[in-house]
Amino acid sequence: MSTPKGRFAHELERLDLAALSATAQRATDGEVTAVLHRLRADGDRLDLHDLAVLLSPAATRRLEELAQAAQAVTVQRFGRAVRLFAPLYVSNSCLSTCTYCGFAKGLPIARRTLSVDEVQAEARLLSGRGFRHLLLVAGEHRVEVSQDYLLAVVERLRSFVPSLSVETQTWSDDTYARLVAAGLEGVVHYQETYDRARYAQVHAAGWKRDYDRRLSACELAAVAGVRRLGVGALLGLAEDWRADVLAVAAHAAFLVRRFWRTEVTVALPRIKPSASGYRPAVPVGDAEYVQALAALRLYEPEAGIVLSTREPAPLRDGLVRIAVTHMSAGSSTEPGGYSHPGAAQEQFAVSDERSPADVAAMLAAAGYEPVWKDAFPLHAAAQ
Amino acid sequence: MDADPFVVAGRAFSSRLLVGTGKFASHALMREAVLASGTEIVTVALRRVDLDRLGEGDIVDFVPPGVALLPNTSGAVDAAEAVRLARLGRAGTGSDLVKLEVTPDPRTLAPDPVETLYAAERLVADGFTVLPYCSADPVLCHRLEEAGCATVMPLGAWIGSNRGLRTRDAIEAIVAQAGVPVVVDAGLGVPSDAAEAMEIGADAVLVNTAIAVARDPVAMAQAFALATRAGRLGYLAGRGTVRAATEAAASSPLTGFLDRVPGPVPTGAAGAL
Repeated sequence: MSTPKGRFAHELERLDLAALSATAQRATDGEVTAVLHRLRADGDRLDLHDLAVLLSPAATRRLEELAQAAQAVTVQRFGRAVRLFAPLYVSNSCLSTCTYCGFAKGLPIARRTLSVDEVQAEARLLSGRGFRHLLLVAGEHRVEVSQDYLLAVVERLRSFVPSLSVETQTWSDDTYARLVAAGLEGVVHYQETYDRARYAQVHAAGWKRDYDRRLSACELAAVAGVRRLGVGALLGLAEDWRADVLAVAAHAAFLVRRFWRTEVTVALPRIKPSASGYRPAVPVGDAEYVQALAALRLYEPEAGIVLSTREPAPLRDGLVRIAVTHMSAGSSTEPGGYSHPGAAQEQFAVSDERSPADVAAMLAAAGYEPVWKDAFPLHAAAQ
Repeated sequence: MDADPFVVAGRAFSSRLLVGTGKFASHALMREAVLASGTEIVTVALRRVDLDRLGEGDIVDFVPPGVALLPNTSGAVDAAEAVRLARLGRAGTGSDLVKLEVTPDPRTLAPDPVETLYAAERLVADGFTVLPYCSADPVLCHRLEEAGCATVMPLGAWIGSNRGLRTRDAIEAIVAQAGVPVVVDAGLGVPSDAAEAMEIGADAVLVNTAIAVARDPVAMAQAFALATRAGRLGYLAGRGTVRAATEAAASSPLTGFLDRVPGPVPTGAAGAL
């Protein structure tokens, strides 16, 4: 059974992504100049057509200008400061079969779901390394990583972790509301690809196969009072990455408009090698990747842009000066991997293996303040 | 003692420039800019303060000695959160001062007037000295003053926008009515914006982004200090009247012909007919 379409799904249907994508392919240098001029001269907000122009091959050739414009907007809005967080993988058990993922059901890997005590031990360790913002990550296993499990984890961690987010399977509005009441701050659900046909191909089985369940989840979470929502696409899944970037931008803009109390962050992870053996059909090059993030920044100046350790150090170091505002550091993508590295299967191989302290030192050297704590306990019992 | 002190809740300050501590490239640079600004009051977001790290390089540790710390409740989205955060801050810093910020809209960070008033009432009752960041609204400022706030802090433009004194007319009305100091907070982008706010009678200004994201924050901090001082002196000196742009125009285009009519024009002639 599939979930009925949410509000954004209807909006996405009305959006002519094919035409926008064609614009992104064919825009001329003159059109790029015009958009950049309007940005500089009038501080105009861009529409999706403008974004398409900035994603074009013509704009790739103007990357330095694009990056400089994005930097100005990022510094103005966010200052010379980058927020640091760590992913805390609580489980790699999964009931969904996603062809690109190292946790996919059926893959012969070492499975593990941490006990609440073990999660606390991992969180204490990360807290000792400086982190005050943790992202709890799990495969999609509603028995092992149930609502009650997540509630117990949030209740256990909230006294010493002021900012807690989850990146798990999607939930009902009721579950989101309970998690918020327990002190959860953020929810991350990447759509992976907004292309329905491609989505069906790579999500072979399990709850995640339900495109509309996933797409509407952020709306349910926002209504339930989650104050930070993360959306994104996994670049390398769909052949037309520009269409996915445009759809992510439209999704973020929809959430910003519709749920005015909610802060929206955006991420564009690129597919990494994993136990799945998946290889991206159309890899996104580094220059185009930087272009996509710079263009997103210009389209949605207030959205935080999140960058993980999937990307290599030199790219991350460059991107904080252009568009990125939130970074993970010293990440392990296996459950229990901070306390006992190598005991379970990781989701994907990280590229930037520097320690949190080294990443913080890099930021300082680049003229950015590493921000560890930027939240206060949301639950009264957490004081 | 300063002949023209800025007095907040019985405490006198020489400087009328308050400085925010966010967005700087480093805590060390923030400290340098604070020193260069000559400010005696800096505001720090409680959500950035890590009580577990006080004394180990936390942002608070970089506030120079002798400068008053004004904790703020930025990030609070309603009155209940702001009150809870203010109490956490008081427990951690020992200060009754609080800059009240209730900003549920993450885009504009515009203050919620309703929740701000609720929170102000509760914090005043709880013994806090409350300096509320608020919309540039004369009635709201009346209400905040009646609630017992130590100042009002109407915005010049959206936080971090550097757009200048966009709310000038409202600020003038607020200054004219206020029985507590008026601190123009948020949006001032260049030193002349600060001077303008001071010239129209604001008691002080609060600046953060304009200093923090300048190419040279330390120099910009000095520039804001000078502009704030200049604006204050200009206000105290009392400006001359402003002539309307049309006043300087030569004579009267519609009735000037009367000067060219020969002979005396009898008064009351029309009545005689």
